[in-house]
Amino acid sequence: MSSEPIMSGKELGELERAIEEIWNVALRLGLDPFPTHFEIVPAAIMYEFGAYGLPGRYSHWTHGKAYQRMKMMYDYGLSKIYELVINTNPCYAFLLEGNNPLQNKLVAAHVLAHSDFFKNNLHFRHTSRQMLEVASINAERIRRYEFKHGRREVEEFLDRVLCIEEHVDPNLSMRRKEWDEDRDREDRRVQEPTSPYDDLFKLDERGQQSLGEEAPARHRKIPPEPEKDILLFIAEHAADLEEWQRDIIHIVRAEQLYFVPQMMTKVMNEGWASYWHREIMHQLDLTEDEHIQFANLNAAVTAPSAHQINPYHVGLKIFESIKERWDNPTEEEMRELGRQPGQGLAKIFEVRELESDVSFLRNYLTKELVDELDLYIYKREGDQWVIVEKDWQKIRDMLVASMTNFGVPYIVVEDGDYRRNRELYLRHCYEGQELDLRYAERTMQAIYDLWGRPVHVETVVDGRKMLISFDGQKATQIYI
Amino acid sequence: MEKQAVSLSRHDWSLHRKAPADQARHNEKVKEAIKSNLADIVAEEAIITSDGNKVVKVPIRSLELPHFRYDTNRKDHLGQGNGDSQVGDVIGQAPGQAGPGKGKGAGDLPGVDYFDAEVTIDELADIMFEDLALPNLEQKQAQQIESTVIRFNDIRKSGPMSSLDKKRTILENIRRNAKMGMPKVGGIKNDDLRFKTWTEDVRFENNAVIIAMRDVSGSMGEFEKYISRSFYFWMVKFLRRKYNQVQIVFITHHTEAKEVDEQTFFTLGESGGTKVSSAYRLALDIIAQRYNPRDWNIYPFHFSDGDNWGETDNRLCVDLVHEMLQKCNVFGYGEIRQGGYGSLSTLMSAFQNVKDPKFIGVTIEDKSGVYPALRQFFSPRQPGVES
Repeated sequence: MSSEPIMSGKELGELERAIEEIWNVALRLGLDPFPTHFEIVPAAIMYEFGAYGLPGRYSHWTHGKAYQRMKMMYDYGLSKIYELVINTNPCYAFLLEGNNPLQNKLVAAHVLAHSDFFKNNLHFRHTSRQMLEVASINAERIRRYEFKHGRREVEEFLDRVLCIEEHVDPNLSMRRKEWDEDRDREDRRVQEPTSPYDDLFKLDERGQQSLGEEAPARHRKIPPEPEKDILLFIAEHAADLEEWQRDIIHIVRAEQLYFVPQMMTKVMNEGWASYWHREIMHQLDLTEDEHIQFANLNAAVTAPSAHQINPYHVGLKIFESIKERWDNPTEEEMRELGRQPGQGLAKIFEVRELESDVSFLRNYLTKELVDELDLYIYKREGDQWVIVEKDWQKIRDMLVASMTNFGVPYIVVEDGDYRRNRELYLRHCYEGQELDLRYAERTMQAIYDLWGRPVHVETVVDGRKMLISFDGQKATQIYI
Repeated sequence: MEKQAVSLSRHDWSLHRKAPADQARHNEKVKEAIKSNLADIVAEEAIITSDGNKVVKVPIRSLELPHFRYDTNRKDHLGQGNGDSQVGDVIGQAPGQAGPGKGKGAGDLPGVDYFDAEVTIDELADIMFEDLALPNLEQKQAQQIESTVIRFNDIRKSGPMSSLDKKRTILENIRRNAKMGMPKVGGIKNDDLRFKTWTEDVRFENNAVIIAMRDVSGSMGEFEKYISRSFYFWMVKFLRRKYNQVQIVFITHHTEAKEVDEQTFFTLGESGGTKVSSAYRLALDIIAQRYNPRDWNIYPFHFSDGDNWGETDNRLCVDLVHEMLQKCNVFGYGEIRQGGYGSLSTLMSAFQNVKDPKFIGVTIEDKSGVYPALRQFFSPRQPGVES
């Protein structure tokens, strides 16, 4: 049954030695990656991991769909994944079987820079570094639920949860602590005596109560503050969910939280890896032929795209520009900001540690870069897509806005007991971009199924506040 | 130290099957989506004009989960030029607003996620005809139609791995181990393997002939032709699929009727007036000459726009239909009236007097009416039972 190995033992040994050399070069250049394990996999496996985001993740048809699409693109030669890196410690990286030696070297260099980024960027600090184990335990749990409650039942439930999978809050633990403190303070304020005669007044109250009148219970708002983590809110507060259903929500949420930092740093992370794979490759002893191959491959990876931003290209250019500006500051920068020449390398390491895409672009995408990259804003006019803006600040601001909340509308739970009727009131924090109302209504249907009571979303349409409601039968829209 | 920091390996992944399983589930859902949209898909031009064997692309709304997202059409997008882009440059064409377009989606431009599901006509036919059958089929004397049925009904010790009978193989293995005093599974040898094998049964089925009649007169416009072609396309597909040897007679008519071959039947377009009775008379002649009702199940179907030559001929048609109903299992009349707001044609009005349950009259007003019409004609009925 076993097929002829595509790579001979000798070639495997050579690649292993090359990777060791690349590791040493990376350390010498200042990178600080996790220990990294490379695994060579055939295309079908590569595309499976790419589609699922993680090896061994739970089964769902949406993963099957992503897999089919990726594999088709590969089969038709339209796109190819050369590598895949998993943010774990040790870091796992997958190389595509059939990569030539030069491709593998470039990929290994690229991977080590990603690994360095995972380890050192602030936003990854709380991600689980044992995610492979966690994901397969989660998959096993879901498989057990399928066995117990039926595959279709679990699939349909997952369908609904996945409709709102983006709505988690990575900073939640911090925020919750604040609420609890606020609440404690409030409670103390009520209990602490405000005058020496408090205990006497209390006697009066007791008298009133004996007349049959209860002191009105303070209506505590749920949630106390707007809650961005819709998944967690539903898992904790929906009335009619079974335990296994709450568990599935927690699973989806935990995996989403693991991916959020990667979604928040796409441009930076790819830019960083592209910057360093080039630096590392320059340190290697390449043949002339390999140099040409490298130049071609590098150009292909960092090619601009007319319809969207290529994170490899834009990220790389920004890192280059930062290094250049901190290596050779202007007279004015030296005078006003006290910037010393030759600080470029230190600066880019600092940036890779502290920033995410939003701050990276806001702080370091300059006018010169926007012009050089020839960025533009385009929109639909009639039947055509037309360039409508070239002003660099507007472009930067729009780019930043599009990266905010990694491109997903920011929606919070305002009230879990709206109209004192256990209805769910959500609010879209409108910042200039309108919701796709058709999709919103369909999404609300899924939320209704989870929450079990009517769902409302407040948003803005044509500059006016609108409330969309779904009562289990139909959706209505009214301006408020 | 550094040797531990990086490592490289290559494992055997040939038994890894997770993604294909989820992919299969996705495909299953695509099939379900096709099934619920059959009425729209069935009359797709791409299908009717295909040679019948090819893979066709059926546009269905991509199976996707809804999310809260921004309105892509009203939203600004970011792009990157080659260094000389200017305000006002057109960088792409947006697909038309009007629902599911036929055209291909514009590359990576934002827009509605349409998904061309690739299915073969046969797969589509499977989905469509799952629960359909020839109505009122009866046992006739001379059984001429034979069909081959494959049945897995035997076990052998050799065969292709794909038909390995795992349960029996394990039982054999346990049995052999038990003989040696260890009743458990393990150490499976070639001798344990058992394979399912099949025998081919030839079964004689009921004889059936379809008499397909089509109006090709001048009043049959492009739309009418298209609908009748679409209907017969699927009817022929259906019959050839369910019954290995159904015979089909093709008749076209305007004021005169003639028997034609399949190719001509589907492509012919003529002009002139209409005399429906000519087709019915020819059908009766053919029945008399070649298909004795004692031996054959007979199914005449007729498609027309109902724009017949006059009251006299309409009355004649009703008589001829009655005559045919004596000999046939079902008589189907399909009338194609584009946007016909409820008003009946003179021919259809005349057919209102035919009370025989074996007469099935259907009006098709638009493309999506083809599939319901097929279902109406081919829903299984028992002889003598009114539906």
